Amino acid sequence: MTRLIAKRLLLGLLTLWLVATLVFAVSGALPGDAAASILGQDATAETLAALRAQMGLDDPLALRYAHWLGGILQGDFGLSLANGRPVAEVIGTRLPNSLLLAGLSTLVAIPVSLALGIASAMRPDSVFDRLTTFLSVLALSTPSFLIATLTVLVFSVWSGLLPALSNIDRAEGFGGTLRVMALPVLALSLSVIGQMARMTRAILIGALSEPYVETAILKGTSPLRAAILHALPNMAGPIVNASALSLNALISGVVFVEVIFAYPGLTKLMVDSVATRDLPVMQACALIFCAGFLILVLVADIVAILANPRLRSAG
Amino acid sequence: MQDRPFIEVRGLTITAGRDRRQIVRDVSFTAEKGEVVALIGESGSGKSTIALSLMGYARPGCTIAGGTIRVAGQDVRALDAAGLRRFRGKTVSYVAQSAAAAFNPGWRIRSQIVEAATLHGTMGKAEAAGREAALMETLALPDPAQIGARYPHQVSGGQLQRMMAAMAMINAPEVIIFDEPTTALDVTTQVEVLRAFKAMVKEQGVTAIYVSHDLGVVAQMADRILVLKDGEVMENAEAGELLERPRAAFTKGLLEASRPRRLELPEAPADAPPVLEVQGITAGYGGTGPDGLPLYPVLHDIGFSIPRGRTLGLIGESGSGKSTLGRVLAGLVPAAKGSALINGRELDLRDAARRRRQDRRELQIVFQMADTALNPRQSVAEILGRPLGFYHGLRGQARTGRVAELLDMVRLPRHLAQAGPRALSGGQKQRVNLARTLAAEPALVICDEVTSALDTVVANAVVELLVELQRELGLSYLFISHDLGKVEAMCSEVMVLWKGREVERAARDSLTRDPQHPYTKELVRAVPQLRRGWLEEVTAHG
Amino acid sequence: MIGARSLPRPLRLRRPGGWPLLSLAGAAVFAFWAGIAVFGGLLAPHAPGEFVDSWDTLAPVSAQYPLGTDYLGRDVLSRIMAGAKYTVGLPFLTAGLALFAGLVLGVSATLMRDAFDTALSWLMDTFNSLPSTIFAMVAVAGFGTSIPVLATVITVLYIPSAYRNVRAAAQTVSRLDFIDAARVRGESSLYIIFREILPNILPNLLTHFGIMFIYIALLLSGLSFLGLGIQPPEADWGALVAENMVGLSYGAPAVFAPALCLISLTVSMTLMVDAVSRRRKEP
Repeated sequence: MTRLIAKRLLLGLLTLWLVATLVFAVSGALPGDAAASILGQDATAETLAALRAQMGLDDPLALRYAHWLGGILQGDFGLSLANGRPVAEVIGTRLPNSLLLAGLSTLVAIPVSLALGIASAMRPDSVFDRLTTFLSVLALSTPSFLIATLTVLVFSVWSGLLPALSNIDRAEGFGGTLRVMALPVLALSLSVIGQMARMTRAILIGALSEPYVETAILKGTSPLRAAILHALPNMAGPIVNASALSLNALISGVVFVEVIFAYPGLTKLMVDSVATRDLPVMQACALIFCAGFLILVLVADIVAILANPRLRSAG
Repeated sequence: MQDRPFIEVRGLTITAGRDRRQIVRDVSFTAEKGEVVALIGESGSGKSTIALSLMGYARPGCTIAGGTIRVAGQDVRALDAAGLRRFRGKTVSYVAQSAAAAFNPGWRIRSQIVEAATLHGTMGKAEAAGREAALMETLALPDPAQIGARYPHQVSGGQLQRMMAAMAMINAPEVIIFDEPTTALDVTTQVEVLRAFKAMVKEQGVTAIYVSHDLGVVAQMADRILVLKDGEVMENAEAGELLERPRAAFTKGLLEASRPRRLELPEAPADAPPVLEVQGITAGYGGTGPDGLPLYPVLHDIGFSIPRGRTLGLIGESGSGKSTLGRVLAGLVPAAKGSALINGRELDLRDAARRRRQDRRELQIVFQMADTALNPRQSVAEILGRPLGFYHGLRGQARTGRVAELLDMVRLPRHLAQAGPRALSGGQKQRVNLARTLAAEPALVICDEVTSALDTVVANAVVELLVELQRELGLSYLFISHDLGKVEAMCSEVMVLWKGREVERAARDSLTRDPQHPYTKELVRAVPQLRRGWLEEVTAHG
Repeated sequence: MIGARSLPRPLRLRRPGGWPLLSLAGAAVFAFWAGIAVFGGLLAPHAPGEFVDSWDTLAPVSAQYPLGTDYLGRDVLSRIMAGAKYTVGLPFLTAGLALFAGLVLGVSATLMRDAFDTALSWLMDTFNSLPSTIFAMVAVAGFGTSIPVLATVITVLYIPSAYRNVRAAAQTVSRLDFIDAARVRGESSLYIIFREILPNILPNLLTHFGIMFIYIALLLSGLSFLGLGIQPPEADWGALVAENMVGLSYGAPAVFAPALCLISLTVSMTLMVDAVSRRRKEP
């Protein structure tokens, strides 16, 4: 088992390196010159050349790559082109906000979608199941930006209950934070619950047809106990695969929610950096997202290994 | 109450699907306390469905539509969901066909057994664990105090099946249902498991319902036998009576099919040339080690030869390497060592890609699972037509005509040519499978467990067909099977494979009469016989 | 079971009525949008960029402008019809390209030696484990937002998922005995792939195409909403929603009409996917 996990960790590191290289290669193709875009129109040839030299832009590609990678390994992501502040510092103020948003939404979305998925898998083709399926399909087929827009429309524009803009940095006290967070969390949860509930249902229906679930029922367990204690734990593998997809949906949901609510998070920063071509910030953001994503998938993977006695006892 | 039978089923009807097709029709029977009643029938006879209905349970898609079910003074159909939960596992418990699938792979076995007790509050956790160990001992499991701590994948199939019985017994139920509990086991393992079950049933004085398709097994276990066909009772009689004086025609047919048979084999000239000669085959899986041998060897130094028009039977338990041998010869698994001649020409055993088309044509294989051996997206005509075009270049009208002839040869109606595999029954699929090999006009056909997935009567018909084709076409067979009865029925010579090595080879007559190797002796002894009391005899000898 | 099954019945002919009503409705809606995507430019009452009524921007539904006007006073109906070629056509094209590339790679992986298969699968899994929106943003920043770039980036982003699907489906099928039967017969790899494996994974490929179509349509409209997708003066439905956001509080059809069109497109595809995958599971 230890070997298996070590292998996964090693592969994870290798993947991360590959992703970093990919981010560098793709964003390095940026047309135009970073130095020129910092100095703007008024740059003289000398200052431009000086800045280029200072930024190492005249170095060969391989050397720039090595510098960049070396910097990242030491936590140095460079300076923001937009305001000249260290990228690490800029990100440091934004990352906690995004984590709060994603974390709170996950806390809402997971129990709700598990409950919906389990309830509809227990009674397939019932009225409840059909209704849940219909709503899930609708949520799944609606772009996150529309879901976010509609929540603004309903809870803010029409009813005026909650603020449409969520500047959490200015929220006061716990109540204030809650008020500010309510709409973004609602919008983000809504955009992932559909997918997660549908996957839970599909996975569980497969699991419920296993003979050992029938055995449990014939032992005298209730269907709910059979589903939760007997079927679900064996579904760790498929759940891991599904959770990777859900995470993908969650991250892209975060992008739109932060933009629409003007929420000062990391994805908002990234969208802005793409628009202003703030290369170092964008690279750092992309790397953080990929790393976070990979780490979560890796953790889920390891949990799946631990949940499977066959893999646990192997090697 | 006192006069009523312990189990009483009246007019039971069970439907399936949206169209409410009746899969069990008006079934009635009774059982006295302590009696073992067997439900016997082919697949689709409704025997498991009836047994499960005693627990108030119908599989998804099925509905108990009519009739009364009384078990131990309970009207089962009148129980609500909570009542059923208290009833199941406590008053009636269940031993499933495949314990490997019926145990939760993610739980320790002991936890699953103990759950059955704590769920009903019959005893505390510690007491249940103690009783679990005691039951493990009753069922003759090794290391009874500790074995429960393992996971299902860490014990053998025979052990797991007995543990399933331990789980069923933990609450000391009134009734226990055995649903084909030994079907997935090797015969030599089956004897021990049957012995353990019988001792347990007697010792605990439970009433048992025993579901099986195997009359030989049922003859050992049952006091009373119900014969079922298409969801209806054909005959219901005391076991000895039914076995000796069957009344229903269907029962007679079933008994006839279950008796050991020796088909008359076509005469082959004594000096017939060998079709296939094999020497020193060693093969396995997992890449080659430094000594040039596979890391996980399955076969060691196998050699034999099959003369024209004869059949060599290959018998062994699961894991003995018999199917691997078939796959090596077919070119699906490369051999590490060894050589083979087909009709005197060298057959490449290491790299099948280098085989000549003629080699491939002359050596054909039929697979066990007829279901997966036919492409579901092709019609029978396409399936049979491909080898005709591939080997013989037949096109158009000639091909269509030949397909019809092939269907005739395997005794299938010609109109099935247009059907897809999904429209065929198991026996029909296996015949199409056979017809596909015949299309090649082979010299030797490897039959890999071709009858294992079929009902007894259907399987016998396929064996008869194989012999008839041998007579008509002069075919040779390598007949791979775990079933001594089938091997004896149609093979002139039999080779016994044990742990990848040949342990005995003999003519079919001398093999059963006078087995030499200890494994062969055990195998011959372990085949259930229709005679009641056979199990006790075997036990006494062992 | 045997008794019921032994009656041969023609299995290959399927009544079109065998499909559930909802999925037929989905197919109709999808066909409608596909038609608009092809002919929308010709059928539109106005040129998409024409300022039909500069004085009455974000106008409500009227006989003259069935879906009102946008924030610059352009006809919303015409702009939706013109935008369909992006919102419907681009996902259709890229999902098809990704599926084709995934098919070629997946098939080569099964044909090549194990080391190649392992390496390719790991590489594909790595790409597949990237958050697609984030990576699309990086790529757009790097390569710009022209339509060929968008199409390439999206195709490349979805090849891994297509590859994984093709390979998994092909491997399931290739473990079945009829593949062994073909191998023993001496059939070439190409015959086995095209005649034995492909027909059996076709429903699988179709459903995966549908799923990719939905994800890509959502991704593309999302990028356009952020201003990183289709660039003005052209506009897809995501861009139409974004540029008319000011009309949200008045309930202007300029916001809601493209949004509803988008939902109807993805829902119709979901319904079709569900029908095919449900049918595939039936015995």
